[in-house]
Amino acid sequence: MVTSKKSAGSGPARRRRTAARPGAASGRVDLLVATRKGAFVLRGDSQRRDWRIEGPHFLGNETNHLVSDPRDRKWWLLAAKTGHLGPTVFRSTDGGRHWSEARRPPAFPKAMEGQEGPAVDRVFCVTPGAANQPGVWWAGGVPHALFRSEDGGDSWELVRGFSAYLAGLREKAPARFFPTPGGAITHSVLVDPRDAGHLYVSLSTGGCFETADAGATWRPLNDGVSADFLPDPHPEFGQDPHCVAWSPANPDRLYQQNHCGVYRLDRPGVRWERIGKTIPAKVGDIGFPIAVHPRDPDTVWVFPMDGTSVWPRTCPGGRPAVFRSRNGGRGWVRLARGFPEKHGWFTVFRQAMTCDAQEPVGLYLGTSTGEIWVSADEGESWRQVAAHLPQVLSVATLER
Amino acid sequence: MGVKVHLSSHVRSYTGGQAQVEAEGGTLVDVMADLERRYPGIRFRVIDEQDRIRPHVNFFVGGVLARDLHHPIRSGDEVFILGSLSGG
Repeated sequence: MVTSKKSAGSGPARRRRTAARPGAASGRVDLLVATRKGAFVLRGDSQRRDWRIEGPHFLGNETNHLVSDPRDRKWWLLAAKTGHLGPTVFRSTDGGRHWSEARRPPAFPKAMEGQEGPAVDRVFCVTPGAANQPGVWWAGGVPHALFRSEDGGDSWELVRGFSAYLAGLREKAPARFFPTPGGAITHSVLVDPRDAGHLYVSLSTGGCFETADAGATWRPLNDGVSADFLPDPHPEFGQDPHCVAWSPANPDRLYQQNHCGVYRLDRPGVRWERIGKTIPAKVGDIGFPIAVHPRDPDTVWVFPMDGTSVWPRTCPGGRPAVFRSRNGGRGWVRLARGFPEKHGWFTVFRQAMTCDAQEPVGLYLGTSTGEIWVSADEGESWRQVAAHLPQVLSVATLER
Repeated sequence: MGVKVHLSSHVRSYTGGQAQVEAEGGTLVDVMADLERRYPGIRFRVIDEQDRIRPHVNFFVGGVLARDLHHPIRSGDEVFILGSLSGG
């Protein structure tokens, strides 16, 4: 039996302009790897050179996201389902040694008699709440829905304000919320470290949305973002953000890897600027993941994929490479040392690239072909540290 | 009414590995409610929040495929909860 933790229940703190500037961590890094057939843990040595694979946890489960809680690093949440069984969340309070299932996993309320109600097909992401709200977690679902837990992930409630808001938009423009091949995905749940009630949540497709009152009311945040798959390529909502991330050093700096390019937004501004056009045209700025430097808001990494013709969604030309900008997207450098020089035809999904807070920063990515790649020098060089795993759906760091 | 319930490997983590368990009920609704009491969590994995049997789960009652949870269970019927074929 897992002991539940209660939320502190304090109201959202007044948001400051800047967050505390996180320092470089010093210590070992573990990778929490969720795959289509189970979850794995890669234990790194102090140089982030040698990695030992542990697992699988929940072999045969489609594990979408495995995350540790920065407020208590032994507290892990895992979003899972199987080919046959419905979605659920597993919890560990001892760093993955023992697991228990959520008493009440994310689910929609039962529809009224005679009405067809939605059912959660998959829990796509799990995100720890703010530091001053221990026990609070958020979860993004497929189909589109946001859930909140106040007891460390044991029981979940639908954020009704978000669902009601989306229902209104859907009524206005139903064609702007169609599902992707992976379903109607709710992802990139960003909780403002300065204000627990301020969140960004993104939908594929649907766009990026913001709440300032912990989910009661919402507004779209898509100005300047293209949607070239719609008759109106610049709608108020309906875009397809693939991954939205912010700078831990400055949460007012947001980056977005979208279906239609790479963007940056500086709040309180509301207009995204396309910054991916400076990536060479033969590569393009289409991709799934994006990662932001923990201390430098101007440094960002993307992993472009082929978004031309029929959208192969593989490394452009079969030549895998990360692109890094050191100046907020005004220019990019191709980083490919260590990757195959040809015939690398994999994809890196939206939750499968991340970075640590070490000095220098380590970058990590998992591929659709079951490989884990590590860079211990901010992307300059890469080493494959695991292969033959199932398709990698997410990679998260755990710094000890 | 006591019913014998056969479980495929998919859900035996909830029953401590048992492939066959006992439950009470006159319909699948009742049987699943009783199983949930005995083995918390099992119901939601095979029946969604709208009380629909999940797409890749099959219920058989007395050898007949049942897609409706109100399917009656008669004396002597056995219930099978099985995973359907699901590839990939």
